[in-house]
Amino acid sequence: MDVSRGASHAEAAPSTGTTIVACTYKGGVVFGADGRVSIGNYIMNRASNKIAPLSDYIFLCRSGSAPDTQIISDNVRHYLHQASAESGEEPSVLMAANLVRLLNYNNKDHLVGAMLVVGWDKHAGGQLYGVPISGTLAKEKWAIDGSGSSYIWGYCDSEFKEDMTRAEAENWVKEALALAMTRDASSGGTIRMYTLDDAGVHYTYIPGDQVPQFMGDLPFPTGGPVGAVLGSAGREGGMVIG
Amino acid sequence: LGTSIIALTFDGGVILGADSRTSTGNYIANRASDKITPLCDNVYTLRSGSASDTQAIAGYVQHFIAQHQAEEGDQVTVKTVANLVKMMAYNNKDFMQAGLIVAGFDKHGGGQVYSISLGGTVTATPFAMSGSGSTYINGFCDKYWRENMSEQDAMEFITRALRYAMTWDASSGGCIRTVTITAAGVKRQFIQGSQIPPTYGELPRQQVVA
Repeated sequence: MDVSRGASHAEAAPSTGTTIVACTYKGGVVFGADGRVSIGNYIMNRASNKIAPLSDYIFLCRSGSAPDTQIISDNVRHYLHQASAESGEEPSVLMAANLVRLLNYNNKDHLVGAMLVVGWDKHAGGQLYGVPISGTLAKEKWAIDGSGSSYIWGYCDSEFKEDMTRAEAENWVKEALALAMTRDASSGGTIRMYTLDDAGVHYTYIPGDQVPQFMGDLPFPTGGPVGAVLGSAGREGGMVIG
Repeated sequence: LGTSIIALTFDGGVILGADSRTSTGNYIANRASDKITPLCDNVYTLRSGSASDTQAIAGYVQHFIAQHQAEEGDQVTVKTVANLVKMMAYNNKDFMQAGLIVAGFDKHGGGQVYSISLGGTVTATPFAMSGSGSTYINGFCDKYWRENMSEQDAMEFITRALRYAMTWDASSGGCIRTVTITAAGVKRQFIQGSQIPPTYGELPRQQVVA
C-alpha cells in the first residue's frame, strides 16, 4: 500500500501495492488479501493485515492509501457500533458498505481508498460490495482490487461460477491471490483469507512458503546452505531478514 | 494500437492471435483491423504499440527478407526475420514505440516465437504475449499455459485468453483473428465478435450494435 502520499491524490489511482480478492458462494462469502507493504523497493511489512473488521461479521478489505483506509475503517466501525447499540441487532452489510461509500464520496478530493466491504447478515446472507475511489457503491458477485488485481481479471472471470461450494470459492480466492502475487512486485508475502457463512467467521493464514507457486517462481528455500545460514544467524543473535 | 496479441508454439507449428481494435483516444478508428502481418511465406508478425511505426517496420522487413529469400534460394529461418526486426527496433529506438512478436515455422527449428520489446530486446520463448490487454490475462496464462499443446488445445487457449483480454481492456476488442503456421503452410481464421461468448457482466452480443 502507498504509505507516503504523493503530491496530488486527486489524480488517477496511485500504485497501491496490494491484491484483494472476494467472492460470494452458495452459503456465504470468501475474501482474502496479500501481506506486502512496500515503500519503493523496500518491503516495510511482509505480513501485514489488510483486512479490517467493521463488526463481528462485516469486514473491510483495504487497498489504496494505508492511512486513508485505516481512518475510514475506524470511523465506520464506530458508526456501526453505535447503530447496532441503538437497533439491538447486528448491523447489515449494506449499511456498512453505504457508510464507507459516503466517506469516499463526501471526501473524494482528499481520500484514496479502493475497498471491498464483505460480510454476512441474517437479512441477505453473504454479500460483497465494491467501494472504489470517488464513492461508487456496487454490489458484486465477485470483486478484486489493488495493483495486483490487473493481472488476474482474466483468471477470475474465467474461473468464477455462480453457487460454488465453499472449497471451490476458497480455492478461487487463494489461487487468484497467488497468481497476482507472482506477477505484481508490490504484492506478495502471505495470504490472509476469511470465510463467512451462517456458522460464523473462519480465518485461514497461509504463510509465504505455502502460497501456491506458479510458472517462473523459484521454490521457497528449505534447509540446505541457505537454511543453515539463516538458522545460524538467528542462533548467534544476528538479524534474520527474509 | 491498444492491443492484445498472443503467439505460442504447439506440437507441429505456431499459432498467432490478435484482437482487432485500433483506437485514437476514445474513438475506435478501426474495429476490424488486421494486426497479423506476413513478413515472408513462413513468418508472420503481431504488431502492438504505434500502428504507423509497426507498419513501417513490417514494410521494410518484407522488402529486405524478400531479397534475402531470393539470394538464399531456400526457406528463410524465423530467427533471421526476428533478427532483422530487432535491428530496426534497436537502431531506431529513440524514434519508435513498437512491440512486435515474430513467429513462424522453418524446417530447422520447427515452430518458433520471438518477442521483440520496445528497446530492441529479443527473447525466444514457447509462449509470448504483448499489448495493453495482455496485463489482464497474466494470471490466466500462468495457470493454463502448457508446453507442447495440440493444435486444437492451443487454439482454444488463445481464443479464451484473447476473449478475457478483450473484455477487460478498453483498448482491445472487436473480433479475434488467428494465423496458424505449420509445415503444411499458413491457415487464417476469423472469429466474429458476435460469436465470442459474453463474459461477466457483458450483454449478449445480439443486443449490442457494434
